[in-house]
Amino acid sequence: MAALVVAEHDNSTLKPATLNAVAAAQEIAGAEVDILVAGKDCRAVAEAASAVLGARKVLLAEDAAYDHGLAENLAPLLVKLAPSYAHLLAPATTSGKNLMPRVAALLDVMQISDISAVVSPDTFVRPIYAGNALQTVQSNDPIKVITVRGTAFPPGEATGGSAPIETVEPTGSAGLSEFVRAELSKSERPELTSARVIISGGRGMQSGDNFHLLEKVADKLGAAVGASRAAVDAGFVPNDYQVGQTGKIVAPELYIAVGISGAIQHLAGMKDSKVIVAINKDEEAPIFQIADYGLVGDLFKILPELDTELERRQ
Amino acid sequence: MQPKRGLAFAQGPCTNLAQAVGRHGRRGNGEDGMKALVAVKRVIDYNVKIRVKADKTGVETANVKMSMNPFDEIAVEEALRLREAGTVSEIIAVSLGLAQCQETIRTALAMGADRGVLVETKAELQPLAVAKLLKAVILQESPEIVIIGKQAIDDDCNQTGQMLSALLGWPQATFASKLKISDGHAEVTREVDGGLETITIKLPAVITTDLRLNEPRYASLPNIMRAKKKPITMTTPEALGVDVTPRLAVLKVEEPPKRQGGHKVGSVAELVDKLKTEARVI
Repeated sequence: MAALVVAEHDNSTLKPATLNAVAAAQEIAGAEVDILVAGKDCRAVAEAASAVLGARKVLLAEDAAYDHGLAENLAPLLVKLAPSYAHLLAPATTSGKNLMPRVAALLDVMQISDISAVVSPDTFVRPIYAGNALQTVQSNDPIKVITVRGTAFPPGEATGGSAPIETVEPTGSAGLSEFVRAELSKSERPELTSARVIISGGRGMQSGDNFHLLEKVADKLGAAVGASRAAVDAGFVPNDYQVGQTGKIVAPELYIAVGISGAIQHLAGMKDSKVIVAINKDEEAPIFQIADYGLVGDLFKILPELDTELERRQ
Repeated sequence: MQPKRGLAFAQGPCTNLAQAVGRHGRRGNGEDGMKALVAVKRVIDYNVKIRVKADKTGVETANVKMSMNPFDEIAVEEALRLREAGTVSEIIAVSLGLAQCQETIRTALAMGADRGVLVETKAELQPLAVAKLLKAVILQESPEIVIIGKQAIDDDCNQTGQMLSALLGWPQATFASKLKISDGHAEVTREVDGGLETITIKLPAVITTDLRLNEPRYASLPNIMRAKKKPITMTTPEALGVDVTPRLAVLKVEEPPKRQGGHKVGSVAELVDKLKTEARVI
């Protein structure tokens, strides 16, 4: 039976998280993977989705009601499409997490949240307790509603496919909710969840202004900048910087933790990174236990030194 | 009035749900302020380093410190602030599960909630079942606003609020970091991957809390004593007519692979050198 992946997009570009969800869907349903693009004036996204390698077809639903991805309006569309599929998947992003449980409840099925591996079409592995345990669950429901942990599935190929685009009749507005405004962080740096290198700051940074020390190093490395919950709670940086159990889950090639002690809630968001570097003045900080390379010292001395050294060796 | 089961530690009066509804069940109106319902989950305390059971059936919970799910504490706090602002007139704290969940309800009552409802069962409750049980309680209690944590820190599911609003046909505002109520609407700022998003939803509605919504208060000693006298209504899934059969079978629970870390370097130059020549990541 086929799988349907809900595309993550902003009406103009297809977000990379979609490709990880497509990869998970292909492990489940092989060649029978469709992609749903629901939005407003979003044909460009459908065209990008049609180029995803291995996609069978793209369903395009355009309506003003889908403009901002309000779950109350999108869930009925998924419910309408569900009978043709055995699996409905979305990336475990804030939009996927917002939408899919609503869909699952309307279908009277349990959602399988944040899967990190596919064992069989009805059996999945998912992290629980901030990733300190892995649970293998088997769904007895006729249709599986799933969110996908992006870091656990290498992204599918964005090009090489030529799936046909079919338009789908929209289901309209539920009239329950309205979008007011978005205040989105603007950055020239890579997105946290798809960056190859991330440098994150914690409470040890002491202020938001001091993050410029991290940013200088980030720009040398082409890195994204992240933060621990403590740094976000203290108001140093906005919420979308947060890496951790309830923030973003990341697994870059290189993760540099600066002034972060390493609470389990933070480790949950980054411990699958390939190489971890920790810079902290407290040599007993738990972050050092999982770091491949630990450097004990004052970050206000180390960061400028690191910046100079990278410059010198570039 | 007696609790449905004789519970030695159950302090304070307990009633059954029907009696309580008769007494408290009138819908709040504009003059009185609204009724708010918060759901509170008993979970392993967030500071505890969990242990996976040797037989891989789950996580060790015997002799482990249990607390209220931190996101639910934020939900209780938000309801209290709405009551202090005069928007809400009564706060009902609901928990579901073992008899010990009364302790979690008492914590909410000590923070300031007015009364509790415990849906008592030994059955494993998955989010869909929890949402159905909460719906059944909500249909009896008629709150205008339901506030719950966005996720429980044990199963990390992040489902219940969305499912509950779907089952009720209500709007949802998940991952809330700011909440403003006026004219039968809630304006909610949500923490999303790209930053912040603000939506308005019609009440009644379900709101799920994110970390920055507020900082929960500690219960004072007098309030802890006062909480012991506040009523907790006892009910069961059977009495509410809800089938809670799990839809997901847990086949096993394992420890994740351990990371081999702990190596130190002596200088920035050595660090850059290792990253370039040994790890080859820069």
